Amino acid sequence: MKYADEFRDKEIAVGLAKAIRAEANKARPYRFMEFCGGHTHAISRYGLEDVLPTNVRMIHGPGCPVCVLPAGRIDMAIGLAMRPEVILCVYGDLMRVPGSQGASLLKAKARGADVRMVYSTIDAIRIAEENSAREVVFFAIGFETTTPPTAVMIRMAEKKRLSNFSVFCNHVLTPPAMKNILESSDIGDKGQFEIDGFVGPAHVSTIIGTEPYEFFAKEFSKPVVISGFEPLDMLQSILMLVRQINEHRYEVENQYRRAVTRDGNLRAREEISDVFELRDRFEWRGLGQVPYSGLRLKRSYAIYDAELRFEMQELCVADNRACECGAILRGVKKPVDCKLFGTLCTPEMPMGSCMVSSEGACAAYWAYSRFRDHRQRRAS
Amino acid sequence: MCLAIPAEVTKILPDEMAVVSMDGVSKEISIALIDDIAVGDYAIVHVGYALAKIDPEEARRTLDLLRELSTERQGAVQ
Amino acid sequence: MRGHQRKLDIKNACIDLSHGSGGRAMAQLISGLFHEAFGNEWLARGNDQSAFDVRAGRMVMSTDGYVVSPLFFPGGNIGSLAVYGTVNDIAMAGAQPLYLSASFIIEEGFLLSDLKMIAESMGEAARSAGVHIITGDTKVVERGKADGLFISTAGVGLVPDGLDLSAENARVGDRVLISGTLGDHGIAVMSKRQNLAFETEITSDSAALHDLVVKMVEAGGCGIRLMRDPTRGGLGAALNEIAQQSGLGFRLQEEAIPVKPGVAAACELLGLDPLHVANEGKLVAVVAPEVADAVLGAMRAHPLGCDAADIGEAISDDHHFVQMATSVGGGCIVDWLSGEQLPRIC
Repeated sequence: MKYADEFRDKEIAVGLAKAIRAEANKARPYRFMEFCGGHTHAISRYGLEDVLPTNVRMIHGPGCPVCVLPAGRIDMAIGLAMRPEVILCVYGDLMRVPGSQGASLLKAKARGADVRMVYSTIDAIRIAEENSAREVVFFAIGFETTTPPTAVMIRMAEKKRLSNFSVFCNHVLTPPAMKNILESSDIGDKGQFEIDGFVGPAHVSTIIGTEPYEFFAKEFSKPVVISGFEPLDMLQSILMLVRQINEHRYEVENQYRRAVTRDGNLRAREEISDVFELRDRFEWRGLGQVPYSGLRLKRSYAIYDAELRFEMQELCVADNRACECGAILRGVKKPVDCKLFGTLCTPEMPMGSCMVSSEGACAAYWAYSRFRDHRQRRAS
Repeated sequence: MCLAIPAEVTKILPDEMAVVSMDGVSKEISIALIDDIAVGDYAIVHVGYALAKIDPEEARRTLDLLRELSTERQGAVQ
Repeated sequence: MRGHQRKLDIKNACIDLSHGSGGRAMAQLISGLFHEAFGNEWLARGNDQSAFDVRAGRMVMSTDGYVVSPLFFPGGNIGSLAVYGTVNDIAMAGAQPLYLSASFIIEEGFLLSDLKMIAESMGEAARSAGVHIITGDTKVVERGKADGLFISTAGVGLVPDGLDLSAENARVGDRVLISGTLGDHGIAVMSKRQNLAFETEITSDSAALHDLVVKMVEAGGCGIRLMRDPTRGGLGAALNEIAQQSGLGFRLQEEAIPVKPGVAAACELLGLDPLHVANEGKLVAVVAPEVADAVLGAMRAHPLGCDAADIGEAISDDHHFVQMATSVGGGCIVDWLSGEQLPRIC
């Protein structure tokens, strides 16, 4: 695949790993948080931790819109899907996300809810056109990357005068969550979980650009590198972060220059601001209420807002008390530090959000990395 | 998060739609979020929408830089 | 008194409840459509069972249900799949498949023309695999009670003397061989699913593997420890099963695993892993290292094994992990699939 395969070259990967090893100061740790689940997935899938020196550690952040969706919102969606008139259109990732008491859309579907998996919002519009006697609701989730397609869809519904179509909006913003993590009290506790720099999400930045991250670089004196998702992209970004730290620079650098600019995609940003407005606060699984971090439809589009249309009641469900997802999302703990990990909480029976999506820190660790600990234990 | 892949635009369709192709797999997607895109351009595609055009010049520069970074240390003492 | 029998109107008619009610319509369907398609001396006798001679030795038996959506996909349909799938399960014991049974659960309203096409491709698949469908059953259920058509097939086969393929035979150091590219079938089927549809040249790999197995056994004899056809859950599921059953682990080399570029691209598009996507005409074999080259050569000389590859080895591992050395020099685990493989957006 052009623009993918070239960035998976083994020889260059080995060379980059050597460069990182040569430039990383052995006397200090380098702890980088990759904010985005896509990066978590790539790190695990390609086993990048194996090629990094031991003092360069990756901390998996909360960057998966599926993982951070709180159980209450899933319960609300299930309630909606159980209504006989409703067809709920969802992205595939959402099917297994647990609501309260192990409920999920997959289980709701088994009980008769009409839940349909779609690849794109365009499919949801088509389903609404084909089922004029039913209420078609799109379960909208995602960060800034996935928000413009929802905006386009709402304007399309308006253009087509669809009266049986609405959106259950759960779109969230990345910078407020990043800020929340950096300001949370347990970061820096005992000094051992200090984050030295961020690998920033390139696909989000295709939309919002690199500019929103400049605040972090300045405010928190942390280097940020906006990184692509191929293994070479990631290794280069890690090298760039190592260099920034060695040179005491705290800048936003753009590794993914082939598709990301400082300003991002102005047309897509306009789409977002035309259709959506900020919520005062939105609940993130593991992080709790984060101010100004979620979006809802503007009042001018109220007829497409499923929460108003179906008078949905806001549901809040407390996370399982033993679940360490919150601390894991903030990089304060590792999956293996959680009592539930691999016992009560597995990919088949996920308790917490980090295990739900294959991008979650726990699921990625379970799927791709748990043999490392066995190896290390055997070696010690 | 935000699974997106590079794909080549092979056909522009009406209503801000286009056909993209990657290694013989083609899919109809929306180009409503991109201003000027033509057949032969590559774009980053996510949930059936083109999000950004890929700048071939920048891609080449990144690859050159990657090669350079990866050979700088050849022979360096580990 | 014999009533007047009208010929089946294949072109326009569809299945209704009378086709499953034991009356004349059912008899007509069975003789006019199924016997036509499967044509053999056993069915012609019209009994509810079929007798056949066996010679002394070990037999294997296997059964499988087929519920594919859509019923017709690039490179095959539910009918050919129902024959090849069961033939392959028998072949994985190193056995020669002989006889199949076929049971049909049909939803009322199903087009006779579609049923005829499916039955004919079953007949064709059986002939090409050298097996006979010698007994069967037809049930019709009300509209909405089945997804058009479900087929179950069972089969028996004969194991060559002295051959006993089983997971517990595997040893540390054994090689893992795969007969060709992964994920073709799953991607071909998915490309036709509503709401996911994409265009691809990829066709299902569904095929009968018993002839390839014969050639492999000739080359490797008892050096072949076991074989599996990695269907649902793909290679990942098959190797994890084998690891559990044999008490070993596996280490694979990602670069050695053959995947067609189109399959890889479709997987990238949907966020799937080719190692978890279904195959219907591939086998994975664990063989002793001393016969690995001979078996691999025999596989590559066969049309169904031209892309065969040695992809890794059996290792000692109390956790029975299937590990993989990745293309960029790291390591990862190839795990079971959790639940259904769902397309991802993130």
